[in-house]
Amino acid sequence: MIGLTVNGERRRYDGDPDMPLLWYLRDSLDLKGAKFGCGAALCGACTVHVNGSAMRSCVAPMASLDGAEITTIEAVSKSKDGGETLHPVQQVWLDEDVAQCGYCQTGQIMAVIDLLSRIPEPTDEDIDANLTNICRCGTYYRLRKAVHRAAAALKEERAS
Amino acid sequence: MNAPLTATRRDLLRYAAAGGALVVAAPLASCARPSSTEETESETGPFKGTVGPFVIINPDDSVVIAFPNPEMGQGVDTSLPMLVAEELEADFDKVETVQMPLELKVAEDGEGFAWKYVGQGSGGSYSIVGHWEALRQAGALARHLLLAAAAERWSVPVAELAAKKGVVSHAASGQSARYGELAEAAANITPPQDPPALKGAKDFTLIGTAQKMKNARAIVTGKAVYGIDAQMRGMVHAVMARCPYFDGTAISVDDSAARAVPGVIDVVKVRRPALDGPYDVQAEGYAVVAENLWAAMKGRRALKIEWDHGPYADESSDSFRAHCSELLEGEGQIVRDDGDFDAAMANAASVHEARYWEPYVSHSPLEPQNCLAHVREDGVDIIAPTQMPGGANRIVANVLGREDRLNIKVQPTRLGGGFGRRLSNDYVAEAALVSQAVAKPVKLFWTRDDDLQHDFYRPAGMHHLKAAFDADGNLVAWTHRLASASKYYRRPNLPETDYWQAELYPDDFPAHLVENYRLEYFSAKSGAPRGSWRAPAHTANAFVVQSFLDEIAESRGENPLDLRLRLLGAPRELPYDGHGGPVFNPGRLAAVLKLAAEKGGYGEAMGPGRGRGISGHFTFGGYVAEVVDVDVDENGNLRVPRVVAAVDIGTVVNPNGVAAQLESGVNDGLSTALRLAINVEGGRVTNENFDSYRLMRMADAPPVVETHIIDNGDAPSGMGEMGLPPLAPALAEAIFQATGKRIRALPIADQLKA
Ligand code: FES
Ligand code: FES
Repeated sequence: MIGLTVNGERRRYDGDPDMPLLWYLRDSLDLKGAKFGCGAALCGACTVHVNGSAMRSCVAPMASLDGAEITTIEAVSKSKDGGETLHPVQQVWLDEDVAQCGYCQTGQIMAVIDLLSRIPEPTDEDIDANLTNICRCGTYYRLRKAVHRAAAALKEERAS
Repeated sequence: MNAPLTATRRDLLRYAAAGGALVVAAPLASCARPSSTEETESETGPFKGTVGPFVIINPDDSVVIAFPNPEMGQGVDTSLPMLVAEELEADFDKVETVQMPLELKVAEDGEGFAWKYVGQGSGGSYSIVGHWEALRQAGALARHLLLAAAAERWSVPVAELAAKKGVVSHAASGQSARYGELAEAAANITPPQDPPALKGAKDFTLIGTAQKMKNARAIVTGKAVYGIDAQMRGMVHAVMARCPYFDGTAISVDDSAARAVPGVIDVVKVRRPALDGPYDVQAEGYAVVAENLWAAMKGRRALKIEWDHGPYADESSDSFRAHCSELLEGEGQIVRDDGDFDAAMANAASVHEARYWEPYVSHSPLEPQNCLAHVREDGVDIIAPTQMPGGANRIVANVLGREDRLNIKVQPTRLGGGFGRRLSNDYVAEAALVSQAVAKPVKLFWTRDDDLQHDFYRPAGMHHLKAAFDADGNLVAWTHRLASASKYYRRPNLPETDYWQAELYPDDFPAHLVENYRLEYFSAKSGAPRGSWRAPAHTANAFVVQSFLDEIAESRGENPLDLRLRLLGAPRELPYDGHGGPVFNPGRLAAVLKLAAEKGGYGEAMGPGRGRGISGHFTFGGYVAEVVDVDVDENGNLRVPRVVAAVDIGTVVNPNGVAAQLESGVNDGLSTALRLAINVEGGRVTNENFDSYRLMRMADAPPVVETHIIDNGDAPSGMGEMGLPPLAPALAEAIFQATGKRIRALPIADQLKA
């Protein structure tokens, strides 16, 4: 029996311990914001946060997650009253109009929130080295601008 | 798709009232029937359409506009509703947009089926062009009805009323009413005999303004529904083991271990496609059907299948390249022959020639193929990420042998990318066959290796170019000889002598600009499935034609831009028969080249290890030129610090969307040129995932991409593909400037390494 917390809710899992977290989230919990792109930790479409850090959930077997705290994109915009308040990174994604097909973007956003928690004011080189999620539509130009803008927005938020 | 667009006549406008809401549809547009070929590229001509639900105005003032074509990232969830909202005079900020399901009807002549409202395919950069009239007419009709309702209510002439931002007002009396207040009454107005007049371009207030993507909020919050997210009550999951060998088949199958995996329900054989006809499914396969996706994946791993290696067992990337090379030694099929090429060659003062190679490449949309199908006695439901919902409908009818296509419902979801892959509906056919076999709704899912190994690849080919100048420095002869495996094949009624049509577009630059001009095609044999890949033959041919020009310019000591401008000459209309025609204006191509050159600082001195190249191309009616900068370090590592583009696609609907598509095309072109190639070995594709098919990541993407738009008020063309073709040749020229090395084969991979 594996016990874990997903978006603040405690869960117990007694299915196949080999099953990757991605399928548990998508198929068991109906949290479909994390996507499948490669199944091999190569694209980042499935990125969620595990114990506060970005993880590619397609290669994280359930057996490795006992006691883990998982946050998915669905919880990122949830406010305390249960309504929807966009995270500053999500808001910047709208302001810069980053998305095209959008399929990679939940993973990108989860990766960027993690990136900015580790490196609050990343340089272009930091972004190149740390943001390795694939966007097949090629939204990288706006993505990069959005990361810088999100860093500024979060800095302002911290200051106030 | 590449439908001819000449409106013949307009039908009576019709509308319907539904629950106090005003529901208006597009009046007759000239649209093609869903075609009978796999890719909906050949059309059967215009037909008389009717009206359908494009606009809903609710009593609470909310306006919902449906977009007919599938959204795959190209922005039609915003640009198409803009056409409606412009005429409707809606407040676009308050408009919600939704994907329309496939709507078909029995054709008016009773023969087969036709679009019920307008064409619904996404491809050929055709969405805006195809719906430019019809969707504005839908908006104009809705506005007309609202104005008429207000006129009736206030007993004033319609001519005294104005509609703006969702409000009708009467200046003389100071009265006004919101659309929501008028909607119910408007729904009871008798429609006019003739379609209301459309605005002139000078009165546009929405078209031409930068709008952000309508459904972005759903995307960033994880709520957007893609095919992979679709569900149906009682659905089961399936993954398939397909024969990896081109046209191969199973010798033996042992599914006992797969059936023993907990959760596995069944293993279903999907027969292979006819070997000499069009693909329905792409390959023979065995579907493992299970209660959940993970069990199906585990079950697939437990299948023991021995495959025969098929008729192409000896094909490899190298053997195919050698085959093309050998073909070019002989004589091919002359498909265009202007002037007297041989005489011009014989009398030439200088002759230039070069060969180029381009490999198979994959579409690899980030969302792999998938489909939810529910086949019942009384009908079929399909929910899928497809560019061609009409094609999905037809293929299901075909594989199930069902006549009543109106009973096969197709709901396209948002697509996690398309790039031409989802013009084919093979995965829809598979899901329908498996659903039929297990009599349940089936969610069929492809993994990444499935997708990479069972794509319809962009044709690979070898190009031989040869050109001659006379003593006065005029380019007098040009030939382009291409050996490739065409994407037109396995088509009934299409002889091999027509295969070239998908590979060489006979009116493409520099046709009509060189007096003695010859195109020669060699149809190569390959087992790799081929299809339409973003900007199909334009990507391959722009690379070789533009690169060759750069080589000529260099050997003549002429500036590459000057050579292009000299060839293009003055603005004038030249005939262009293919998609994007009927005319090609070399002056417009020259203008974007000049603008890109100016904005991109073309010709400025660059430091060592740096280079700047320029290219332009006419793609499906749009003119795009790009200036590409590169830095190459001493280890042969390449970076592209900046791309500057100039775009002329006639009237621009959404400049923000145009820039987004330009950026996308630039990155797609760069990603493909840098590292992408499908590798064939032993009659099968060996790439398995993004470690052997290395799509570009952030670190290689240009940090600056500038889009400069020339909006000259000409008829609109699309923007989904135009940004791609100029990139690779401009990049190759920049590399030459930086390193002195010519790139004549793609991908660049490690050609710059010592
Ligand atoms: S799906 Fe997990 S990294 Fe690609
Ligand atoms: S927006 Fe389509 S993959 Fe990134």
